[in-house]
Amino acid sequence: MTGWDKFLDAFFNAKVMAKYLPDIVAGTLLTIELAILIVFSGILAGLLLALVRSLSIRPLNLLIIFVVDVLRSLPPLVIIVLLYFGLPSAGWSPSGFMSTWLSLSLVLMAFSEEIFWAGITSIHKGQWEAARSTGLGFGPTLINVILPQALRLTIAPLTNRTIAITKGTALGTVVALHEILGMASSAVSNSYNPSPLILGSAAYLILFIPVVIAARWIETKYSWKR
Amino acid sequence: MTSIVKAYGVHKHFGHLHVLKGVDLEVAERELVFVIGPSGSGKSTLLRCLNRLEQPSSGSIEVAGIDMLSPKTDINHARQHIGMVFQSFNLYPHMTALGNVMLALRKVAGKGKVEAEQLAHAALARVGLADRAHHRPAELSGGQQQRVAIARSIALEPRVMLFDEPTSALDPELVGSVLAVMRDLRESGMTMIVVSHEMSFAKNAADRVIFMDDGLIVEQGPPAAIFDTPAHDRTRAFIGQIQQH
Repeated sequence: MTGWDKFLDAFFNAKVMAKYLPDIVAGTLLTIELAILIVFSGILAGLLLALVRSLSIRPLNLLIIFVVDVLRSLPPLVIIVLLYFGLPSAGWSPSGFMSTWLSLSLVLMAFSEEIFWAGITSIHKGQWEAARSTGLGFGPTLINVILPQALRLTIAPLTNRTIAITKGTALGTVVALHEILGMASSAVSNSYNPSPLILGSAAYLILFIPVVIAARWIETKYSWKR
Repeated sequence: MTSIVKAYGVHKHFGHLHVLKGVDLEVAERELVFVIGPSGSGKSTLLRCLNRLEQPSSGSIEVAGIDMLSPKTDINHARQHIGMVFQSFNLYPHMTALGNVMLALRKVAGKGKVEAEQLAHAALARVGLADRAHHRPAELSGGQQQRVAIARSIALEPRVMLFDEPTSALDPELVGSVLAVMRDLRESGMTMIVVSHEMSFAKNAADRVIFMDDGLIVEQGPPAAIFDTPAHDRTRAFIGQIQQH
């Protein structure tokens, strides 16, 4: 066997790939499920926190800033491990799926809160004043005037951050989650051949490239001339 | 004549800055009052206190029979009666001209979609922009944007209109179109308080000119008296300065 053949056999072994394809597909479906849950709960929670913060209730804001800063400082893996291995001592044993979902949602919540907040504060105060001077209340002004402008500004950073964090589902392997990477690694140990990792990488690409393209599309669609 | 605006002893502090030092202002219905004065004299702050965009530190303000400073007053309801036009237009960039005018009609005045649209079209027609209803602010000139902003206010049929340097951000050739709309409003009997340095407009449209300096009203009177025979040195100096331009 030449070096090239060895390389092909190691990474593009058709037999091994065919055998473990169903596992990778199952892992991909689990990853999709988890990613969708994380994106929904994380962004929604982040938006809610940013809205609460805009009410300018000082003690509440200090609490939000503290929580957000802690969550942004901790490596996501640490949070996952803390929940999965730590919480059982406190009487609740979340599954690997639950731990990963919760951890990454919290991290996405923290980052998206900061992004939404930056968007809201970047809107010129004249927009608030114009709306309020016509008799529009705080809430309707926020929803009809401020948020539509702020959200447009957040789309690009939010998409990048969301992609980065949802890719963190791969961290679930350490808590025995059978997502793409988990499936691929156990296939590697069972087959003594790394080809399933290539399959796994392909699965990540198939999953995230459309998201990146969709993000570009959304960005153009919601832009307007200023 | 009944006063529609009654402000007495209005003070405003920003931290250590004492911006308004006890201003008394009464404005009669259908009156057009011009407020002039050097920058930092407190004229914009006074205007912004009248609809409580700024909270005065002390004093009393009544507009159209509503006590603006009472905690019992529904400020959002009260502001419907007080239109405001800003130096920087402050149109909503994500909405068309029509959308800008319709928003408060829908959400504040509680009009249905069809009625709000009719009223908004009528308001835009009044400022001469019927054909620009579906344009976004970025597609309009500064003068057109300011006229949309005026339409946004008058659509709510306010009792008083406040203008905060409405033409200061405009190129000279666009000022005329905005002043024409203001003149038209005045002829329709709108009560107006205008902070501006458009002297020729003040001379032929204002009932009264107020000169403010250092947080106080220094003197006031008919335009001719203030511009041609000011009683105070500070007024004379200020008018001399702006007439050089």
